[in-house]
Amino acid sequence: MTVSRSDVRPIRTEAEVVAARQAVRSWAVEMKFSLIDQTKLVTAASELARNALNYGGGGQMRMEILERSPRQGLRLTFEDQGPGIADVEQALRDGFTTGSGMGLGLGGSRRLVDEFEIHSAPGEGTRVTVVKWR
Amino acid sequence: MAQTAGSTVAEILGADPQALLDSWLQAQLSAPTARTDLITESELRQQSGEFLNLLRNAARGGSLDVQAPEWSQVRELLARVSRGRALQGFSPSETATFVLSLKQPLFARLRSGLAGDPERLMDAVWSATTLLDGLALYTTELFQQSREDVIYRQQQELLELSTPVVKLWEGVVAVPLIGTLDSARTQVVMENLLQRIVETGASMAIIDITGVPTVDTLVAQHLIKTVAAARLMGAECIISGIRPQIAQTIVHLGVELHGASTKATLADAIAMALRVTGWKVVRAEKR
Ligand SMILES: Nc1ncnc2c1ncn2[C@@H]1O[C@H](COP(=O)(O)OP(=O)(O)OP(=O)(O)O)[C@@H](O)[C@H]1O
Ligand SMILES: [Mg+2]
Repeated sequence: MTVSRSDVRPIRTEAEVVAARQAVRSWAVEMKFSLIDQTKLVTAASELARNALNYGGGGQMRMEILERSPRQGLRLTFEDQGPGIADVEQALRDGFTTGSGMGLGLGGSRRLVDEFEIHSAPGEGTRVTVVKWR
Repeated sequence: MAQTAGSTVAEILGADPQALLDSWLQAQLSAPTARTDLITESELRQQSGEFLNLLRNAARGGSLDVQAPEWSQVRELLARVSRGRALQGFSPSETATFVLSLKQPLFARLRSGLAGDPERLMDAVWSATTLLDGLALYTTELFQQSREDVIYRQQQELLELSTPVVKLWEGVVAVPLIGTLDSARTQVVMENLLQRIVETGASMAIIDITGVPTVDTLVAQHLIKTVAAARLMGAECIISGIRPQIAQTIVHLGVELHGASTKATLADAIAMALRVTGWKVVRAEKR
């Protein structure tokens, strides 16, 4: 498997969250994802970017196009140097929030993509990686 | 040293000011960044003449620190020029050229005036460069600031513009949402909607999200809050414009838009609102 294209977007403001998900949309369109898959990717990106901003104090999103013939995938990695998550299982549970959200972002984005990975520990920041294949 | 350099520059600026103005204008008009389509020659001449006068007066004070109080009039003029140019559609470099293009005629004068004193010439050229670069930077900063002000104002206007609540029928209001639904916009939408519900005594409110590209948990939460508030004012909500891909995504996220009916299209929502409020739409004739 090779990475044929990659880019990094900052996520430090609400406007950059919007810009990041617009970038995801345009890559997904270029890669000829179906409208439904485009929407799923963009929505997952929106959730994870906003978490990085709200809870991680801002961070970045890496975008990568994966080539695994005959398939292509879009991998998104959201990284922040925030406080991290002590209990990842609990954070993934629907309805769990420490903020004023609905507690659906993490669990919901896991259901919107094909691969989902989260690395987080208190004091070490959070990294969430998702992949969607076409 | 700054003392003598300042007075040298003032001296050079003061000798035959008309000729200096002419050669500077010439330099501005022949530069590739000249925008004779945006500014008339007489306007440019007037701005340039005024700038040279103020520059000479300020330099006479001896200090070449553009932040110093003696330079306030120069700064004010530049503020006016760059604000004007930001609005007229100049680019940042076209705006900075106003100041930077003075280098060429000014240096030519310094060179001929101080030909016999290379040391003073070097000092004066260095001071003049530092001075003009400082003023050009200042111009660019103000230009940027003016652009940001314009963008901010447009954003605010758009915020108002983009959330018109229309009365569709007796008892039915509708608000078509377009674009990104952030917290600020949601607040405006919610206020406008509630106000119109009160004004019109509407019992049905349609929120159309056909123009909202991404419905994530935050947007969903904003919608749910708006629906709850409308209900408290006595109006039931219909959320329309839920396209198939949005419906699927919402389901995967696990969001329930409780409290509101949902419809695929605005037409469906209108039909439902009319039915609920007791209206019946019939075609006058068979076609
Ligand atoms: N990047 C992160 N850094 C630290 N904590 C996080 C991060 N992302 C998520 N969390 C924690 O996990 C919880 C659950 O996140 P999730 O996205 O599922 O819900 P939410 O953001 O609270 O609400 P919603 O996403 O529904 O608006 C958050 O409340 C927060 O405590
Ligand atoms: Mg979240």
